[in-house]
This record gives sequence, structure tokens and C-alpha cells, in this order.
Amino acid sequence: MPRQEPAGPEITRLITLLAKLPGLGPRSARRAALYLIERRAALLEPLAGALADAAARITSCGICYNLDTRNPCAICADPRRDPTVLCVVEQVSDLWALERAAAFSGRYHILGGTLSALDGVGPEDLTIAGLVERIAGGQVREVILALNATVDGQTTAHYISDRLAEFGIRISGLAHGVPVGGELDFLDDGTLTAALRDRRDY
Amino acid sequence: MEWSEEGIILATRPHGEAAAIIDVLTRGHGRHAGLVRGGNARRLRSVIEPGNQVHVRWRARLADHLGTFTVEPVFNRAAALIGDPLKLAGLTSACALAQLSLPERAPHPAVYDSLGLLLDMMAGLDEWGALLVRWELGLLETLGFGLDLSKCAATGSPEALVYVSPRTGRAVSRTAGEPYQDRLLPLPPFLLGAQMAAEPPTRREVDDGLALTGFFLSRYLLEPQGKKMPPARYRLRERLGKSPKNLPR
Repeated sequence: MPRQEPAGPEITRLITLLAKLPGLGPRSARRAALYLIERRAALLEPLAGALADAAARITSCGICYNLDTRNPCAICADPRRDPTVLCVVEQVSDLWALERAAAFSGRYHILGGTLSALDGVGPEDLTIAGLVERIAGGQVREVILALNATVDGQTTAHYISDRLAEFGIRISGLAHGVPVGGELDFLDDGTLTAALRDRRDY
Repeated sequence: MEWSEEGIILATRPHGEAAAIIDVLTRGHGRHAGLVRGGNARRLRSVIEPGNQVHVRWRARLADHLGTFTVEPVFNRAAALIGDPLKLAGLTSACALAQLSLPERAPHPAVYDSLGLLLDMMAGLDEWGALLVRWELGLLETLGFGLDLSKCAATGSPEALVYVSPRTGRAVSRTAGEPYQDRLLPLPPFLLGAQMAAEPPTRREVDDGLALTGFFLSRYLLEPQGKKMPPARYRLRERLGKSPKNLPR
């Protein structure tokens, strides 16, 4: 005998959609749905409005591929940002991480992924052509390749540095090594190898 | 079902939010896939990078299930190679080729041993290009498509072998091959036993070697399975002509 749903189709649909979010499974989606429904005025309706606004207004920046309600995005449109330094990141979440650190005052370029033989991601699937076009504009003097320290991330970084070599600009990458507050005893072999290889003079 | 063994990570892909599916090459169980719970999390992410030596324990209810791996690091090779573009291209090319061409769950101890040796040599030496070509030749031979480079297919002479026939995979001497040289593949001298001890191969010879093995790998191993040569190998050959330092000679 087919199992009967405990609620109507609207609630089931809400639970199904919530369960697709990262970090939520069917059980936690049910809890979240119930929580929202019980706080209809305080949470459910404002959330629905925010989601509708986001769906209607958020767009990808035509210059750096960041997500924003404006095009160009707030970072690209900010005249205080140094247009001669470009930081290349894999995803919008990486841009947000760098912005949280408030250590970079240049502009960004979001690749949308990394080259991956296994997943069939080639250069044409990323925004590398857009990056080359920006560099060809002549304003950029340095490109910082802030890509993950993984095989795919560094393969992509080397590929981009090859593509940009003809422009004669400085191309740099993030340092790999001991994190701030890190204890050597707890570091993995790879990080220690990279830290030793890229050691610096005092 | 359960076994444990050392292996080399060939490929990793995320599965869901926190897990990953890895392909490991082991001595006794061949190329074997399995799920790693938490493989996408910070603790394990650097361990399951291609090229790394790991100790894996595989468990499944039935033998033909995907099963799950628990992974312990043994040696992080990727970290040693990641900073050098050419070595990184060599690492990704070799791992991708092994992943694409080796049948699943069929042990090939010679391929496992030689891949480990190749990756260790890459980490320690600059002259690893010839070794990579030899490893690819060994891969062909292990899988039943070995080339015969001992004597000329036309004259039987072991002297002046400079071509390989794309049709038979046998060596051809300079005189016998001259009329057909535009249709034959160049045979770099470092692949001939007698000349092994001579001076190290040049970049051009290494690239000729990769072109030779690439032709037969595509024709006999990849195309029949509807697969294409991995982009990582194209990038390696492209890079052979570019990188100013640490080139395999």
C-alpha cells in the first residue's frame, strides 16, 4: 500500500525543495519547513519575498562574473578599487572569502570552475576568454591567481599563466604553507612540503 | 567484502556535499573505484589528490557494489609536483591515462609499480620524459598491444631503426622505410635498447616518443572503448615546447 503523505502537496513541495539545499536532508528539510510555516509572518513571507527579489534581480556581472543586482557589480563599479590588479578566483564564494579578509583592494575575475579532465571541463567552459580580453584592454598590470591548491586548481593556474604570458604583466599566485595559528604537528604532509619548498628568509 | 592495500590515487570527483568517489590503482586489486565519506571535507581533500600514495580499506556488502573506502595518507606526491607546471602536467597526464585505459578491478602489478616509480622520479629528477614514454609503452604492452621495436619489420635487421609502422606497431629501418616515411611514425633512439645508455633524449625525441605511444594508445586502448585521449596529455605535449625550465630532456 502506498505511503500517504503527512501533509498537502504544497508542504511536500516545500520540503522537497528545501531538501535540495546544501546541508539539508529530507529530515532536516521537514524541520525547516515546519519552522517556517509556524513563523509565517516573521519568516516565511519575508523569506519568500527575498527569494523572489533575488530571482528577479540578481545577475552575473558582465565584467568579472560576480553575482550582484547591478551590472557591472558593486566591486567593478567602485572607483576606489585598483583597476591595475586583478585577482582570479574559481567561484563567487572565493571572492566573498577574500572580501571578508579585507586584504585586497583590486578587482576580481571569476572563472566559474577549474579545468578538469575527469569532468570534461575545458578552457572554453570557463571565463578564460573574458579574462584574456580584460588583460588585452591594457589597464591591468598584475594578475593574482588565487586558485585552490589542488591538482585541478594549479593545472588551471599554470594554463592561465601560459595564456597571459604574451602580455608581459606580472602574474603571481597565493603562497602555500603554514596557516596563521597552525601548529606544525597537526599539518598534513602536503602543506609541510609546500611550506618548506616556499620558505622565506628572515 | 573487505580488503586493504596501498594504492595511488588516479582520480577524484565530488559526490554530494561531503563525499567523493575516487579511483585508486592498487597492486593486487588493480584500478578500483569507491566512495570516500568525508572525501570532500578539509581533512581528506588534500589526501585524495591524484598521484598521492595512500593506504585504502575497501568495504562493500557484495563484491560488485561500489563500496566505500577509508583512506590514510602514506605519501603526498601531488604537493611535491604541484608547483612545477611541467611536472604537474606529467602527473595529471599519467594518472588520467591510467584511469581511462586500465580495466576496473583487474590487477596489473607492473603498471602499478612503474607508475609509482615514474611519479617518484618526477618528484626528484628533471629527466623524467623518457621514463614517461617508457611507462606508456609498458602500459600498451601490459594490456596486450606491445610494440615490436627489436628489428625491422621489412628486412629483419636490428640496425638503423628509425620508424614505426602505424599499421603493425613494428619498427622499420631507415632504408626500408624511406619510400613511406610520410606514413610512418618516427621512432626516437632512446626507445631502442642498445642506445639506452647513450646521452639523454632531447625534448624533440621525448615528444616523438609521446606521439608514437599516443597513436597506439588512442587506436588500441581508447577509441575501441569510445574514449578520447585525456586533455591533460595534450596539455603536457603543448607544454613540452614552452616551459623554459625543468624540461624532461
